[in-house]
Amino acid sequence: MDYINILKDLSTYPGVSGREDKLSGYIAKMFEKYCDSVEIDEFYNVIGIKKGKGKQGRRIMVTAHIDEIGLMVKSIDEKGFVTVSNIGGVDSKVLLAQEVIIHGKKEIYGIIGAKPPHLLTPEEIKKAVKMEDLTIDTGLPAEEVRKNVSIGDIVTFKVEPFVLQNNRFSSKSLDNRAGVVALLDIMENLTLLNHNDDIWFVATVQEEVGLRGANIAAYNINPDLAIVIDVCHGQIPGTPKESVFPLGKGPAVAVGPNLHRRYTKKMIKVAKEENIPYQIDVEPGDTGTEAWAVQVSREGIPTLLVSIPLKYMHTVIETLNVDDIKNTGRLIARFISTTGNEMEEGLC
Amino acid sequence: MLIKELTELNGVSGNEDEVRKFIKAEAEKYADSITEDSMGNLICYKKGMSSKYRVMLSAHMDEVGFMVTGYEDGLLKFASIGGIDERILPGKRVLVGDKRIPGVIGSKPIHLQEKIERGNNIKQKNMYIDIGAEKKEEAEKLAPLGEYIAFHSPYTEFGDGCIKAKALDDRIGCAILLEILKETYRFDLYVCFTVQEEIGLRGAGIAAFRVNPDIAIVVEGTTCSDVPGAREHEYSTVMGQGAALTVMDRTSYPNKRLVEFMYKTAIDKNIPVQYKQTTTGGNDAGKIQLTREGVVVASVSVPCRYIHSPVSVMNRRDYESCLKLVKAVLDEMGSNENLIESFKA
Repeated sequence: MDYINILKDLSTYPGVSGREDKLSGYIAKMFEKYCDSVEIDEFYNVIGIKKGKGKQGRRIMVTAHIDEIGLMVKSIDEKGFVTVSNIGGVDSKVLLAQEVIIHGKKEIYGIIGAKPPHLLTPEEIKKAVKMEDLTIDTGLPAEEVRKNVSIGDIVTFKVEPFVLQNNRFSSKSLDNRAGVVALLDIMENLTLLNHNDDIWFVATVQEEVGLRGANIAAYNINPDLAIVIDVCHGQIPGTPKESVFPLGKGPAVAVGPNLHRRYTKKMIKVAKEENIPYQIDVEPGDTGTEAWAVQVSREGIPTLLVSIPLKYMHTVIETLNVDDIKNTGRLIARFISTTGNEMEEGLC
Repeated sequence: MLIKELTELNGVSGNEDEVRKFIKAEAEKYADSITEDSMGNLICYKKGMSSKYRVMLSAHMDEVGFMVTGYEDGLLKFASIGGIDERILPGKRVLVGDKRIPGVIGSKPIHLQEKIERGNNIKQKNMYIDIGAEKKEEAEKLAPLGEYIAFHSPYTEFGDGCIKAKALDDRIGCAILLEILKETYRFDLYVCFTVQEEIGLRGAGIAAFRVNPDIAIVVEGTTCSDVPGAREHEYSTVMGQGAALTVMDRTSYPNKRLVEFMYKTAIDKNIPVQYKQTTTGGNDAGKIQLTREGVVVASVSVPCRYIHSPVSVMNRRDYESCLKLVKAVLDEMGSNENLIESFKA
C-alpha cells in the first residue's frame, strides 16, 4: 500500500462533521477493492462487509471516524470579511495566518487574519485570540462574497502535507484519517489471512461532535465485538509522560472500564506473539472515543480501542509515524484471524 | 513570473545568497556593471545619457525568519530573525537550511493545555520546530546551531487580483526594480538590492555610502491594516488603492518636495496613489538618508496585509501602480534635470 499518497489524499479531502457525504463516497470506493459489499447509510457512515469462513455469522465491527474538525460561516461584514464558529474542538490560537477554503456556491480561498499586532493593547497581546475576533480575508469585494457565501457554509483548512524525517508525516485531519488508512491496511492484511467471523468495517461520521455515527452504526449492526481505531496524543515536551505516547513505538492498546478486559488481554497477547510493537494506554474512565458510545449500545457490546499516536492533535500539522499505522493494521488483522474459537469463551 | 519566483526563494536576513544569485542573473541582462559588496548588497549600475546626477533605487532582498538555537531531544528550539508576531507561529510550515528540510512549528494541543494555557497566547519559548528527528544527535546533524529557517508558503493567486506569498516584504520591491532596470534613463542609475533590512537596515547604509547618490528612492512592501479590528484612521494603507508614499515613519523623514512631486506625478499620470497614514514601520530610507552628508530620500510601497507572516497578501494592481509611478518619476526627473537640484536645495 502506498501509505504516503493515500494519507495525502485522505487527509486533504474535506469532510467536516455533518458534511461527510462526498468523503463517504470517496472512501466507499476504496473499501470496494477489498470488501464483499459496501453501503453508505442515511448518515453517511460507510459500511464494508468482508465475509468470514465460519458458519456462525458472528460479527466483528471495526470503526474509524472520517469526520474532521472545521469552521462554519457565522457572518459577513460590510467589507466582505467573514467570521466563523467552530465545529468540534478547534484551538483559536492555531488559526491565525492559516489558509482556508470556504465551501460556498463555489470554493473560495481565504486567509485567517485578526487585528494587526501593532494595534494590540498589552492585555490583548497576552490573551488568546478569540474565535469571534478572527476574520477570513477572501480578497474579494463584499458583494462578490455575499453572492457566493452563505451563513452556515463549511470552512476547511487548506494545507500542504509534509513528509518529515524517520517516516513521519504531517497534515491536517490525520485525526482520524490515519484510522481510515489502518482500516484499509486491515483489509489488505486479511486478503492473506483466514478469518471465521464476518468483519464489518465502518468509516463513521460525526465523531468530533459527539460520537454520533458510531452510535448509529453499533445499533444497526449489533456486532458481537467492536474494535475502535482512533488517535492518541503523541509525546511532546511539557506533557506528563504517562498520558502521551512516543511516535514509532506501535499502536496504543487501551485498558480500562470502557474496554472489554479479556479481549483486550487477547489483543496484547497477539501483539506479543506476533512481535508487533505496542504501548498500553491507561484509561480510567471516558476514553473520549467511539468506544465510549459503542460499549453501551443495545444490550452492550464488548469493545476494544487501539490508537495511533499523533502529535499536535486538532492542528493543521498533526504528525504521526507511518509505521504506527502499519502496526495497527497488522495487529488488528492478526487479532481478527485468531478469533472464532475463543469467541464464546470471550463473551462469557 | 518574477513575483512567484522571487517569493519562493529563501533569504532570511544574513543568508540572502539564493535571492542574490537569482537577482544577479536577471540584472546581468540589463545592467552595465554589478558590484557585490562585503555584506552581500548588489549594486547594479546603469549608465545614463548624462552623468551629472546619481540616482539610487533600493529594495531589500532579505526576509524575516528564524535560526536554530538549541535542541529538546530531536526538536529544534529557535529564535526569530526580524519582527515576527509570535501569535501566528503555531501550526506553520518551515524549511530548514539550504537543503530545505521540511519542519512544522509544534506546541501543546488544546486537549493537553492547562486552563491558564488555554486562555493565553502560546509563547515562542514553548514552541519548537519538529523535523521528525528522534534524537538530539540526529537533529544537530540535519540542523546545526545557527542554521537558518524560512517560512514555507507557496505563491497563490486568489480573490480579486490578490496574491498570497511569504516575503512580499520586500521581494515585491525587488521585482519592481528588476523591471526598472530594463530601461535607460538620462542620469546614472544605481539599482541596489540590499541585505539585512529586517534586523536594522544594515545593508542599505553601506550601499548608499558607496553609491553616494544625489537622490534615493526606496521601494518597499509596507504594512496594510485595513482589516477588521482596526479603525479607519488606524489603516496604515489600503489594499488596492495604489502606490503608498511615506510622509514619515519610525526611521526616516522623506524629503517633502520629492514626496509632493511624486504624488503630483501620480495624479497627473492617473496612477493610483495614497499616502501611508500612520508612522509605524521603517525601512532602508532611514539609513540612506543619514549617509555621508545626507541624502534626499523617499519611500514608495506596495501595501501588504499580514506582513511578516507566511501569508502576506497584496493586490497586483498596487504593484502595477508602484512600478508605473517609479518609472514616471524617473522619466520626469530625466526630462528636467533642475528637478533633482530643486529637491536638494
